[in-house]
Amino acid sequence: MTAVLGKDLIGLASLTPEQIRLILDTAEPFKDVSERPIKKVPALRGKTIVNLFFEASTRTRISFEFAEKRLSADTVNVASTGSSVQKGETLVDTARNLEAMRIDMVVIRHPSSGAAEFLGNRIRSNVINAGDGKHEHPTQALLDLLTLRDKFGKIAGLKVCIVGDVLHSRVARSNIWGLIKLGAEVAVCGPRTLLPRGIEQLGVRVIDHVEDAIQWADALNVLRLQLERMEAGFIPSVREYYRVFGVTAERVAKAPRALTIMHPGPMNRGVEIDSRVADGPHSVILAQVTNGVAVRMAVLYLLAGGKPELADAAKGAAVPD
Amino acid sequence: MRSLLLTGGRVIDPSRGLDQRADVLLQDGKVAAVGVGLGTPDGAEVRDVGGAVVAPGLVDLHVHLREPGNEDVETIASGARAAAAGGFTAVCAMPNTDPVTDNQAAVGFIVRQSLRARSARVYPIGAVSVGQKGEQLAEFGELVGAGAVAVSDDGRPVKSSHLMRTALEYARTFGIPVADHCEDPTLAAGGVIHEGLVSARLGLKGIPAASEEIIVARDLLLAELTGGRVHLCHMSTRGAVELIRRAKERGIAVTAEVTPHHLTLTDRACEGYDTHAKMNPPLREEADVTALRAGLKEGVIDCIASDHAPHAYDAKEGAFDDAPFGIVGLETAFGVGHTLLVQEGVLTLPQLIERMSTIPARAFRLSGGTLQPGAMGDVVVLDVSTPWTVDPTAFRSKSRNSPFVGRTLVGRAVLTVVGGETVYDAEAAQAR
Repeated sequence: MTAVLGKDLIGLASLTPEQIRLILDTAEPFKDVSERPIKKVPALRGKTIVNLFFEASTRTRISFEFAEKRLSADTVNVASTGSSVQKGETLVDTARNLEAMRIDMVVIRHPSSGAAEFLGNRIRSNVINAGDGKHEHPTQALLDLLTLRDKFGKIAGLKVCIVGDVLHSRVARSNIWGLIKLGAEVAVCGPRTLLPRGIEQLGVRVIDHVEDAIQWADALNVLRLQLERMEAGFIPSVREYYRVFGVTAERVAKAPRALTIMHPGPMNRGVEIDSRVADGPHSVILAQVTNGVAVRMAVLYLLAGGKPELADAAKGAAVPD
Repeated sequence: MRSLLLTGGRVIDPSRGLDQRADVLLQDGKVAAVGVGLGTPDGAEVRDVGGAVVAPGLVDLHVHLREPGNEDVETIASGARAAAAGGFTAVCAMPNTDPVTDNQAAVGFIVRQSLRARSARVYPIGAVSVGQKGEQLAEFGELVGAGAVAVSDDGRPVKSSHLMRTALEYARTFGIPVADHCEDPTLAAGGVIHEGLVSARLGLKGIPAASEEIIVARDLLLAELTGGRVHLCHMSTRGAVELIRRAKERGIAVTAEVTPHHLTLTDRACEGYDTHAKMNPPLREEADVTALRAGLKEGVIDCIASDHAPHAYDAKEGAFDDAPFGIVGLETAFGVGHTLLVQEGVLTLPQLIERMSTIPARAFRLSGGTLQPGAMGDVVVLDVSTPWTVDPTAFRSKSRNSPFVGRTLVGRAVLTVVGGETVYDAEAAQAR
């Protein structure tokens, strides 16, 4: 019943360009649901969804929850603290117990790469990856793509540079797959200690200096620098990181064209990005957040078996069985 | 003890360059004769092996049998039975047990458990350092006195170069090799997979090839410095093969082993986060596999060892990061070697047997590895023509964690004889 995307959404690496476009196109009609006074459509009425978060998250969890509620699904949130996960229950047992309660979908965030796929292979419910370790965060990349498409009208031919800690970033990996599949040119920029060795083989250009990245790109996707990275010795100090790799107003001012600025959040202002850039005229950071809800509604709708061509009409009706 | 006459086999004895149709007679626990048309002594059991290969029993220098400490995943008895079913007549048990095999009582325990098992021989390897902590040298003299055939801190590297130097020097008195697990702990820390394209894609922390090569280079330099015998465990990189090649050219006393999986699988086996492909050293790249195969053929890498590492089902049934390293290998080693090395033309069958029997026995100065009359009656009969499918429920090992499950292999022990006594008989197993 879920032929268009398959059973699960684990990552963009396994999707075809057509499937990615389909999700973005399906998100379009869902955008205006959030603009209505009554932000609710019955598309997933009667479906039950569990948001299983083994890792702290504010933005992604709330975004999924809004997407689910605006589609009229019944939802339950499970966080690793305060649940039996803390008592040593394994991932697979947690999932099987949830499934025994006859749920339809699981949205999972987990600190281990591969956790979402592991779960998807072991339960019948649809599994949506809301971020697994350093592997993928597909809905984040989809909302980034939607935001770029809104801004530029198309993805093909765009030059997008991902700046920062690519090595530890699931957002970067999902973006690389999505952008390449839709025909963008992709670069990464950051200290070599935070770039995966051999990343060029994925079809990505490596730019060593952020100044050069700004000259080259149409859009920068600036990643959060986690302070643990400094403690682990990947960079000498936050101060030096900002001086060498920070996306500052002075640097951005030298861009040859209006440079679109994205950030998956949460931001470390004054670490990887200057507030004047984050809040500046070319920042689409809040548009990304808005699009997040629409993209997640589209993913939930499609995985639940919704017909893409009926997405517009679905705003007024439940998914037929 | 009843005499045993094996007739009608193709006898391959690499220790004497023998590969011919012949009978093999075992008497009083020893090889009595190898020749055409041997008469049947009174009361001897005669077994027509019908064209199968008769060879010296296989010898594995590197297994983890988990006893004492983790008997639910393997015991010395179950490991020895798994070995026998895989065609091995002798295996060397690594000392990373709980408690660590770092004293004569612990070594003696393994010897006794091995005798009680009455299956493949289990030779203990003692620890290099007390508690494998990498600080104080273990009492090699007492370890050897109790039956240890080598020393190793396997599971972890000998971190301190000074300790490694001391171990190599001190081991000279006892004529034993120091077997090292080559891994720079600071480079490998937190790594779960080979550092390369697959690790980049899967978002898993990689272990670079340099982590192995740095310690291989160090150990070779220390072997040269001390004149000690170093044995390099489970080599996995093309760089390591080159380092060993150059060291051997300079006459350094080094032996090296490689596992069946490092000869046949790459890091791509980890796609889909398959924890049965998680091992340390990690599965590497195609170019490494090619170099390891060439090194094994040329003798740069001396022998094949299984690194049999049993783990509980639950331990492997989880996230890749959380799963333990290692796979079982005793019951698939010969089949994998024969199917993927001999049938693919990398080695001849006698060369494979040499690298799984004669050469490893020689490396650790064990008896066996030969059908020379008068030698121990450790013999295996190998079927090298009937395909079989790897079915973990049929394993003698208590564990099932193998990446070869479901594979069809050609090459399997049908009869394993230790000291003249049958310890594994596929026909009897079938009838059971």
